[in-house]
Amino acid sequence: MSNQKQVDARGLSCPQPVVLTQKAIKEGNTSFDVLVNSNVSKENVVRCVQKNKMQAQVRQEGDDFIISVSQEG
Amino acid sequence: MKNFFASRIGIISVGALIGILAPLLQYLGNPGNMGICVACFERDIAGAIGIHRAAVVQYVRPEIIGFVLGAFIIALISKEYKPRAGSSTVIRFFLGVFAMIGALVFLGCPWRALLRLAGGDWNAIVGLAGLISGITVGVVFLKNGYSLGRSYDNKKGSGWIFPAFMLGLFLLLAFNVSFAEGGPLFFSEKGPGAMHANMWVSLGVGLAIGGLAQRSRFCTMGSLRDIILARDFHLVSGVFALVVVAFVMNFFVFGQFKAGFEGQPVAHTNHLWNFLGMALAGLAFALAGGCPGRQLILAGEGDSDSGIFVMGMIVGAGISHNFALASSPAGPGAFGPASVIIGLVFCLVIGLTMREKMA
Repeated sequence: MSNQKQVDARGLSCPQPVVLTQKAIKEGNTSFDVLVNSNVSKENVVRCVQKNKMQAQVRQEGDDFIISVSQEG
Repeated sequence: MKNFFASRIGIISVGALIGILAPLLQYLGNPGNMGICVACFERDIAGAIGIHRAAVVQYVRPEIIGFVLGAFIIALISKEYKPRAGSSTVIRFFLGVFAMIGALVFLGCPWRALLRLAGGDWNAIVGLAGLISGITVGVVFLKNGYSLGRSYDNKKGSGWIFPAFMLGLFLLLAFNVSFAEGGPLFFSEKGPGAMHANMWVSLGVGLAIGGLAQRSRFCTMGSLRDIILARDFHLVSGVFALVVVAFVMNFFVFGQFKAGFEGQPVAHTNHLWNFLGMALAGLAFALAGGCPGRQLILAGEGDSDSGIFVMGMIVGAGISHNFALASSPAGPGAFGPASVIIGLVFCLVIGLTMREKMA
């Protein structure tokens, strides 16, 4: 299942995937997808999401990772 | 597959291990507080192949080669070898040039700033303050939508060019190839360039650190950036471990600790330019997305944009020494201050103009 809002951070240098994720959270989005295409970005975004007390579910599609962010609980 | 080294305890162990190996290399012959300095050692490589002719800093440093090849090998094994390219190439090249110019005004990259601190060189504190200031400015740009744009997957073949270049350098060193009487390759007969550990030991340490840094994503600039940007202390725990362990090794094991500002190895005491030199380097690293060590690791993973940043640093070292920009233990070079100002202006213009619309 995909979320409506998508943050496409594929191919962006550190720390832009995290900056974009933070921004989406700050804007009040409680359920959105972040697209990245490297393990490093995936690890960083998941850490950022967990720091913000939200849940991150990762699935892989080809070379891309889709991180579904949602409210905890 | 769970990546142990990307965990908190993983990054701390990698930092601690670098904290052991870097002072060990100094003990085995590398210059003082320069166990592994990416800027210094790329500068020495630039000297060895004649891009600059500063006679005291010429040597093909196997540590640099090891970082790239170690990362390359581990990336292949862990399936993270991923050729990519296409994100503002020329800008990255010049960010590399100015990062090196700034680093050579301070006399060290962030890794060396940490090693200098761990060796009791208090000038490093001034440099680190500059580094933090530069990174802070970079974070402001990042928060306002700064971006060099996306990189794109590239053909498998494009990623091995940079590691192959490094391997080629190592072969030139290993077979002691001379292209003319007196060089190139050039090798310092005195000065820091003449001080080095055994070639194979240096290569081995480089390979080990390169591999571990690839797994752990160790990045000095990133560690400070993540604190400023997101109050994320993950990477800095590795950096902290590096400093503490390197201090313990210097102080208790190797007797290499000497506290003070004056008379430190390959360092000067001009606070203003130590600060601003590192501020320029920090800003350039932040805009390019990684410290010089991290750029080598990424280049090993197949990232052409990082490879071009490294080439910028090597050329920047040539410019620094050919145009009297680099500092010496006596203080900043004649044109060092001017070049730092130009570099800061360049980075500010890039930071202000390279922006994505924040929708």
